[in-house]
Amino acid sequence: MENKNKIIELKNITKQFGGEMVLDHISLDIHDKEFLTLLGPSGCGKTTTLRIIGGFTNPDSGDVMFNGKRINDVPPYKRELNTIFQKYALFPHLNVFDNIAFGLRVAKTPKKEIERRVMEMIDIVELEGFEKRNVERLSGGQQQRVAIARALVNNPKVLLLDEPLGALDLKLRKDMQIELKKIQRRMSITFVYVTHDQEEALTMSDTVVVMNEGIIQQIGTPQDIYNEPVNAFVANFIGESNILPGIMHRDYFVEFAGSNFDCIDKGFGEMEEVDVVVRPEDIELSEATPDTLNGVVETITFKGVHYEMIIRVGSDIWLVHSTKSAKVGEIVAMNIAPDSIHVMKKSAMPKISRYTLNEEGQTTLAEGAVNEL
Amino acid sequence: MNFKATKLTAAPYILWVLIFIIVPMALIAVFAFTTTVKVDSEGNVLSAEEVSVMEEELAEYNEENGTEEELQLDERTIFTLDNIFKVNDYLPVLFKSLWLAAIATAICLVIAYPMSFAISRGNANRQKVMIMLVMLPMWMNFLLRTYAWMTLLEKNGWINKFLSFLSIGPFQMINTQGAVVLGMVYNYLPFMILPLYSIMVKIQDTTLEASADLGANVFQTFSRVILPLSMPGIATGITMVFVPAISTFIISRMLGGGTNLLIGDLIDLQFLGNAYNPNLGAAISLVLMAFILLCMSITNQLDNEDNIEGVLL
Repeated sequence: MENKNKIIELKNITKQFGGEMVLDHISLDIHDKEFLTLLGPSGCGKTTTLRIIGGFTNPDSGDVMFNGKRINDVPPYKRELNTIFQKYALFPHLNVFDNIAFGLRVAKTPKKEIERRVMEMIDIVELEGFEKRNVERLSGGQQQRVAIARALVNNPKVLLLDEPLGALDLKLRKDMQIELKKIQRRMSITFVYVTHDQEEALTMSDTVVVMNEGIIQQIGTPQDIYNEPVNAFVANFIGESNILPGIMHRDYFVEFAGSNFDCIDKGFGEMEEVDVVVRPEDIELSEATPDTLNGVVETITFKGVHYEMIIRVGSDIWLVHSTKSAKVGEIVAMNIAPDSIHVMKKSAMPKISRYTLNEEGQTTLAEGAVNEL
Repeated sequence: MNFKATKLTAAPYILWVLIFIIVPMALIAVFAFTTTVKVDSEGNVLSAEEVSVMEEELAEYNEENGTEEELQLDERTIFTLDNIFKVNDYLPVLFKSLWLAAIATAICLVIAYPMSFAISRGNANRQKVMIMLVMLPMWMNFLLRTYAWMTLLEKNGWINKFLSFLSIGPFQMINTQGAVVLGMVYNYLPFMILPLYSIMVKIQDTTLEASADLGANVFQTFSRVILPLSMPGIATGITMVFVPAISTFIISRMLGGGTNLLIGDLIDLQFLGNAYNPNLGAAISLVLMAFILLCMSITNQLDNEDNIEGVLL
């Protein structure tokens, strides 16, 4: 993944709407054939970022590069990418076949070739027999497939997807996640995917970009993002977690919740105040002894694969997922392995993109961007 | 049970349709295909000449004898196609009306289309204000609005006054066909804008973005997305402008003067004017109705999806 060509680069993009900073100096590299997800809560700027790549919104400042060429002033219809819109935006006056054929007809492709390529796409998205169907009479899932086919039939280099599965029910969403990932591998093109669903992001992506308030918080593989969130926001947004204030006594040794723990993090100042993240599923329950971190079970809910418990330790509330059951009011011990403790800097300063750090010449720009924050 | 309830609840509307639509139409048809004639005591139909001869004879008789007797003849309504054939004499007026209404409709469409599209792309508040402004003139009396144009277009009207200020003119503007078309466009423009706007406002911005995304430039997006999606609005707008425009008689009378009679004026004359002849008036309006139906069926083809490509070519 690391050494692939950059297909899209965003350099120091800013965008304001009505005086409100929507994108605050965003820099991002998107590599060829990767599945990159922009993840964040609504209003974080992820859709605006996508629209800037698609050409539907112009940035106030900064450059959008496509294959090394600046495309800020290139209108959407001349960009070699296609978009799947949030509510599909199918053409209501055209049937399934004509919707999919739209891009090819505009490009004046020969009739025979249109026929062949559209039927090929219909086959890929499994809509055989629906060619003449009115798109408004299709189910949500089928409309979704038409939207995918309509975009992919043009052989775009990059496909932009704006929360494409948001309108589907859970079961269909899961199926389409797998389907989309398959299609992306099969056609080996770049996907830029916008979602607020962290699970979706983790399932499908090669790279996840977590955004909040117009700032990129972290860029990394799903594993990186989940296991080593750089700040409290990322930790909170990606899955459930317990975030506690702590003090880093020295490398590999941290104090929080009134106890001392061995950990695997280093590089902090001596006695530096930090945030500590512990995932609820990383806490192992056992019988309480005087030497353990003990708490009182306040609630317990059966969730299928595990029990979800709220455990009170002094004034702190802990969320614990455990396959073991316990009684409300019972005192239990919570054991946390060193590699389950993630120590983060106190400030919410976003980490510099690992890509950007790896690229020579980019480092200064990225550092400059960080210093501004 | 359910079925009966439906029938019962539909009754008022069926009654309405019957009383105010079906019966009047039937009456028009009856009038158009009949005429009132005088018959003698044996029941023979008398021609107009025979009646006038009888009247002259009676007048002579009255003079000789100093009496004041009146001609006593029975009247009878008979079926005839004469009225329909007589419409033939007025075909030039009918075609002129069709022509002027068509021009006015076309001008309305050309003005209203871009305007409606611009309004439909604004934000919600701006849309409200713009639609209010479009409808504002309609709150004023129709006659008053048309009368206002008279004072503007007159030989000594405001426009000519202004032009003479610039040392041009004066121009003959009132009592021309142009003035009639202007009056039609001015009065019926809102009826073109409203249906177009209400269709266009439903076209989502993302639909247009999707078109651009798939490689269509502005013209291609217009011809392949906006135009076909707004076809129902075009068809409705054309109907709403063309039908009142072709049958108007106020506009042509006030702005067209006596020389620019339209079919509406002609019908008006048969019912309320000197030429009193309701049978002929009914026949003319029946023929007019047939023409309008023909025009509308052509317009409705616009709405038909299969024909969109044909219209574009």
